[in-house]
Amino acid sequence: MAQMMYREAVVSTIAEEMARDPNVVVLGEDVVGGMGTPGGPEAIGGIWSTSTGLFGQFGKDRVIDTPISESAIVGAASGLALAGKRPVAELMFADFIGVSLDQIWNQMGKFRYMFGGKSKCPAVLRMAYGAGYNAAAQHSQSVHQILTGMPGLKVVIPTTPADVKGLLRTAIRDDDPVIFLEHKALYGVTGEVPDDPDFMIPFGHARLSRAGQDVTIVSSGLLLGFCEAVADKLAAEGIGCDVIDLRTTSPLDEEAILDSVEVTGRLLVVDEAPPRCSLAGDICALVASKAFASLKAPPQAVTPPHTPIPFARELESAYLPSTDKIEAAVRKLLAWR
Amino acid sequence: MQLSREALLRAYRQMKVIREFEERLHVEIMTGEIAGFTHLYSGQEAVAVGVCEHLDTDDKIISTHRGHGHCLAKGCAVDAMMKEIWGSRDGLCKGKGGSMHIADVDVGMLGANGIVGAGAPIAVGAALAAKLDGKGKVSITFSGDGACNQGTTFEAMNFAVVTQAPCIFVFENNHYSEHTGVEYAVGTQQDIASRAEAFGMKVWRADGTDFFAVHDTMREVLDHVRAGNGPAAVEFDTERFFGHFEGDPQRYRGEGELDRIRATRDCLKKFRESVTAAKLLTDADLDAVDTDALDAIEAAVAAARAAARPTAEDVLADVYIAY
Ligand SMILES: Cc1ncc(C[n+]2csc(CCOP(=O)(O)OP(=O)(O)O)c2C)c(N)n1
Ligand SMILES: [Mg+2]
Repeated sequence: MAQMMYREAVVSTIAEEMARDPNVVVLGEDVVGGMGTPGGPEAIGGIWSTSTGLFGQFGKDRVIDTPISESAIVGAASGLALAGKRPVAELMFADFIGVSLDQIWNQMGKFRYMFGGKSKCPAVLRMAYGAGYNAAAQHSQSVHQILTGMPGLKVVIPTTPADVKGLLRTAIRDDDPVIFLEHKALYGVTGEVPDDPDFMIPFGHARLSRAGQDVTIVSSGLLLGFCEAVADKLAAEGIGCDVIDLRTTSPLDEEAILDSVEVTGRLLVVDEAPPRCSLAGDICALVASKAFASLKAPPQAVTPPHTPIPFARELESAYLPSTDKIEAAVRKLLAWR
Repeated sequence: MQLSREALLRAYRQMKVIREFEERLHVEIMTGEIAGFTHLYSGQEAVAVGVCEHLDTDDKIISTHRGHGHCLAKGCAVDAMMKEIWGSRDGLCKGKGGSMHIADVDVGMLGANGIVGAGAPIAVGAALAAKLDGKGKVSITFSGDGACNQGTTFEAMNFAVVTQAPCIFVFENNHYSEHTGVEYAVGTQQDIASRAEAFGMKVWRADGTDFFAVHDTMREVLDHVRAGNGPAAVEFDTERFFGHFEGDPQRYRGEGELDRIRATRDCLKKFRESVTAAKLLTDADLDAVDTDALDAIEAAVAAARAAARPTAEDVLADVYIAY
């Protein structure tokens, strides 16, 4: 086991996979940083430091710094993948899927099925998502539910450095397009990471991060830590929460959620994306339709409101789910009837 | 064409206010009081002012993530902008937008923008509206040397040409997009205007650190576009004096580069040198403007600090329905 930061887990996994498989290539804006400047290549790496050192180790043909052209970045990733490579493309901010949506949605996500199962598109699209930095409406969004709604894409949300390692390796070796969503606020988080060079975490297997009998809390990413904090606090009062880290929203580990709710009879989904047509609503519906008989209270969700993300500190914190809101929702579930 | 004394003083004051606005933010941001991402416009003032001095409120502009200069030059109120950057509910966008999303449609400023390349297509739409209105108004989109690589910018240029929209594509080439050099990212030998030309519009190029070069060039560009000749483009060679965003260590810069550009490519110094040499204004005239601009910024910062903060209820203001 090694201690490393979430961002170090990203770059070390990419480096290990690049060393292992010459078909793995990296592309994105400023992934080298400093190209065409007096400071020269790698003067500064990407803004998240998630590609540091790759250019020096693997060279310009495998670490491709791109112009600001998200549509072309995603399209080129698809083309590389269709032609036998394993691109790991970075979109910097998840919000920039807006610029490249056709390439994600109508192109890479559809090839395998639309071409009668005869093609593979093993591309990984990495991007930083999430609020908390007062970066306002176009640099703070959680986009997993939009992408989870698109057939053909796999969607991964790692919460710990170990999960980054295991899930990113799986993503790179996977033969389908994988969206890999890294929460900005987690990049600096440190944790134990297995040394095994083949350590992989299969998609569709959620992680139980807290165990309890009374309430099932389903979450992922930054908010998982909020849920854990609430579970720990309530545990002291004798209230037990299962906290389920989804890890992947496509495929979704329905079994883990249903098994837990069958015991607890109460579901709370905590998610950073807005409430309409959402992952939170989807999971509530899943439980209502498949575990109805176990329910002791109506499924609940804590999400931001249905608005763009506001800038000011007071507004952003009021907008976001908080431990207080999560705790109140758990207590509401317990007080039902 | 010779500018009047009033016009010269006004242009200088506009540039100076932008400069002091940005220099002050550079200091204030380090204290941690201001939230979010801030991209400063210091160094590029002659472009915003040299363009916008020709416009009235019915002409539209659309800006970028580096938008403070464009906003101020187009007439957004200094105090309301500062309050917005401070996240006050009395800010120009009620604290909802912040530095990257300052907008004031009442003065023809259709918004700074967090998405690189998003402005150009919107500007074409505003230009088509101006064409429908038939009053000789124009729409101007500011783009960087990075934004010129977005497909949206290419689409907008062709669209404007085929519809003969009175749209002006102003490219501010400050040689860097984030940490990447224009030499690497722009394939046409660092030349952006030639791309616009290839789309079928007339183009100009000028030194963006020389207010008079910008102002004179824009007069020609605007005469051309207002006369109904369709879109046009202009590339200004300029410099950004700070990092890409506040906090950028700028290791991509050359040895002594920042000192050199501040010494030789400062539009305010150049303006002062040329108007005093030509005896159009005196140093004392300009010093008085400097003091006045500094006072305006000081007052704006004090007002922003004291301004009302938004509350949780404000999150749900300005939505048509709440969930
Ligand atoms: C669609 C999109 N891609 C990437 C970014 C991140 N980003 C913000 S500013 C910037 C560089 C823009 O360079 P340029 O157009 O030259 O403008 P400058 O910063 O020099 O004013 C980048 C890559 C973004 N905001 N939006
Ligand atoms: Mg630039």
